[in-house]
Amino acid sequence: MFSFLVKRLLQSVVVLVAVALIAFSLFKFVGDPINNMVGQDTTLEEREALRESLGLNDPFHQQFYNFMVNAAVGDFGISYRHKVPVSDLIAERAPATLELSIISALLSIFIGIPMGVYTAINRSGFLSRSFMTVSLVGISLPTFLIGILFIFFFGVILRWLPTFGRGEVVALGWWTTGLLTWSGIKSLILPSITLALFQMTLIMRLVRTEMLEVLCTDYIKFARARGLHERAVNFGHALKNTLIPVITIIGLQLGLVMAFAIITETVFQWPGMGMLFIQAIEEVDVPVMAAYLMMISLIFVAINLLVDILYAFVDPRLTIDGGSKHG
Amino acid sequence: MHLLETKNISIGFPSRHGMFVAVKDVSINVSKGEILGVVGESGAGKSTIGNAIISLLEPPGKVIEGEVWFNGDRIDNLSSEEKRRLRGRKIGMIFQDPQTSLDPLKTIKQQLVETIDLHLRLGRKGSEQRAIELLEQVGIPDPELRINHYPHQFSGGMRQRVVIALALSGEPELIIADEPTTALDVSVQKQILDLMRKLCIEKNVGMILVTHDMGVIAEVTDRVAVMYNSKLMELGDTKQILGNPQHEYTKSLISAIPRPDKRIERFPLVTYIEDVVESTDAFNISEHWLGQSRDFSMQTANDGTILEVKDLCMRFQTTNSLFKSKRKFLDAVKDVNFSIKEGETFGIVGESGSGKSTIARMVTGLYKPHSGSVNFLGKEISSINHTPEVLPYRRQMQMVFQDPFSSLNSRMKVMDIVAEPIIFHKLASSKDEVRQIVLDLLKLVGMSDDAHIKYPHQFSGGQRQRISIARALATRPRFLICDEPTSALDVSVQAQILNLLKDLQQELNLTMLFISHDLPVIRQMCDTVAVMQHGQMLELSQTEQLFENPQHEYSKHLLGLMPKLNMLS
Repeated sequence: MFSFLVKRLLQSVVVLVAVALIAFSLFKFVGDPINNMVGQDTTLEEREALRESLGLNDPFHQQFYNFMVNAAVGDFGISYRHKVPVSDLIAERAPATLELSIISALLSIFIGIPMGVYTAINRSGFLSRSFMTVSLVGISLPTFLIGILFIFFFGVILRWLPTFGRGEVVALGWWTTGLLTWSGIKSLILPSITLALFQMTLIMRLVRTEMLEVLCTDYIKFARARGLHERAVNFGHALKNTLIPVITIIGLQLGLVMAFAIITETVFQWPGMGMLFIQAIEEVDVPVMAAYLMMISLIFVAINLLVDILYAFVDPRLTIDGGSKHG
Repeated sequence: MHLLETKNISIGFPSRHGMFVAVKDVSINVSKGEILGVVGESGAGKSTIGNAIISLLEPPGKVIEGEVWFNGDRIDNLSSEEKRRLRGRKIGMIFQDPQTSLDPLKTIKQQLVETIDLHLRLGRKGSEQRAIELLEQVGIPDPELRINHYPHQFSGGMRQRVVIALALSGEPELIIADEPTTALDVSVQKQILDLMRKLCIEKNVGMILVTHDMGVIAEVTDRVAVMYNSKLMELGDTKQILGNPQHEYTKSLISAIPRPDKRIERFPLVTYIEDVVESTDAFNISEHWLGQSRDFSMQTANDGTILEVKDLCMRFQTTNSLFKSKRKFLDAVKDVNFSIKEGETFGIVGESGSGKSTIARMVTGLYKPHSGSVNFLGKEISSINHTPEVLPYRRQMQMVFQDPFSSLNSRMKVMDIVAEPIIFHKLASSKDEVRQIVLDLLKLVGMSDDAHIKYPHQFSGGQRQRISIARALATRPRFLICDEPTSALDVSVQAQILNLLKDLQQELNLTMLFISHDLPVIRQMCDTVAVMQHGQMLELSQTEQLFENPQHEYSKHLLGLMPKLNMLS
């Protein structure tokens, strides 16, 4: 266990450095941040002085080294645009994104898995067939289109739900939440469903396929031959075995939900990190972009590690060191 | 009154192309305390009968005619809920593969307690007590401790005992055992069969034992039903069926069983089986391409030795660690020495895990040995693996694998499969020549004329093994390694393949390394035999000498486990 953790943490650091390096070299091509920061009447000398003070004239490796050293202690510099520390900006925006993506993830897990199980058990029922057909829509329509359709139906035609922003939020220390006010909850409905739809259908189809496979195995047949009730067979034996491969996918999808939030946040004008990132790209706000990318990759790496550890707990056949426990 | 009786049942699987009838008009019966064997080759419908009795036919399969009676009640027309109540409580079932018949994520305690409590209503504590008693009965040592383990923590034989304990947990009156020992080693098979026999007598339980193995039938059954092609051929006392079979099919089936007690030149042709084209008439091998253009430029040693293995070792890492001292290794092969002379068939026999396949893989270069040397035709080939200089040597050595289903690429046509080694080793000058060679090879191994345009899935297991052999012969090797070539095949098909290998060996003067766990097969095929256990070679002697007068204790033990087929005529 110990050597596994050490190995994985070292790998994680390598991944993060690689992401930083790739991101950092890409930023050279997004444009000149100085142009966006100054007015038209700034002289060349003043621009040069600003460039020098921001460290943009240093050689690439020097810039990268400075960035890494500061990032290691959580200091991502000051946003060129907002003139405040990037960490403050992210801390301010993070609750919105986290709330949205966690609600979406919960929706997709707690609706997707039961639907998958249901369609696997009642394979030819009318309801299962309808689920399968509808899920095709969820898997094939792009997120922004679904978002816009939702806005059109529920916001514009029916006027039931708000179409942009978070509504009223309540501050709990540095965290702001929309879950405690009625308008906050109403604002959350459309974006979270939009974001969840793809993952939900994916999880449903995955669970269905895995479950159908598990239902054909010998141990399910043997459980039936022992006269166990259908319920005990399906939920006591089949479901747990189904979920083992599903855990990996759900873990990876959780990271994707946060990354995909960019599109949903843009469509619904959701004041989260995705919006911050899109604006940062438009304005060549390098420190914000770098910090955002680093954070997303950190989340991915952390989730992957968690999934691996979780695996060893769910599946008794695996020990984390790669050998097998033998009694 | 019989415990169970099927009256003229037929079982069908409706499909788009009409009804596929898997079992036609079969009447069998079992009494309490009796073991009825149902024997037949794959596809004969024997497992389908077992599944139908316990009403676990794969949908859409169903009993289309006839009746099933249990203890004086008709059971085939019950509702599915009533049938569920019979399962486990009145009729138990044991499946073939203990590796897959237990839920891997639950401890055996959870699985036992769940079943016992469902059927006997003993409560948690009572069920647990009962579970421990059951484990003790089926011969699991330390049941109080072992009950908390997961299935993967048991060996194959122990797992099958757990499966038997589970099948017994509802105290059923009839047990259907579907190939219960097929996936087990011969020594474990013997223990499991003894256990089942004992339980039948002690608990006065009736048993239907479905198997393809005549040895198992001879060992434990009281009566036998012989099935072929969905129909019941013959039903009678085990002694009578084995010693004095009446039906033509039974006669030919029994003639195909490798005899443990004496060596015969060839298996009498199994006439009753269809999918074979015996075309030995076609061509004279010594004038043909296969016989002529073989490369004998590489010389064997003076005494005719073609392969010499010295102090061969192989170890696999079982536990990884940052610290060298904490890493653990398994010695799969330890200091093995042997040499094979040209034209000889050298057998390696042993139970699973004894390292026999590992040796084959090191000889062919699929594994790199930990230490030791493999000398083939005067060249050390184990260390210089994939260099051009070793290719001509590798060409002289080909392998036939155990599983005919996974050893052929299912996306390639048979023509391309057999042609691949010819093209790789640049053994033909034109495409037409390659084609001609492939066609001849396929004919040589007894495939029909249109075989080359088909894909592997269109063939049966035995036919695929023939294709594998054709592929191995395509480079015109002098040395053939057969790793359990027939253990996945039916006994009649096995007889054909073994005949084919014998013929090819004579015609082409092939040298063979023949690996098997099956002692009777070894006796029929090999000149010299090595007995292996735990990676070590325990005894090496002439085949007849080993069978008549084994030296090592383990060899005696193995020979003692062979099913006695002395009822055979």
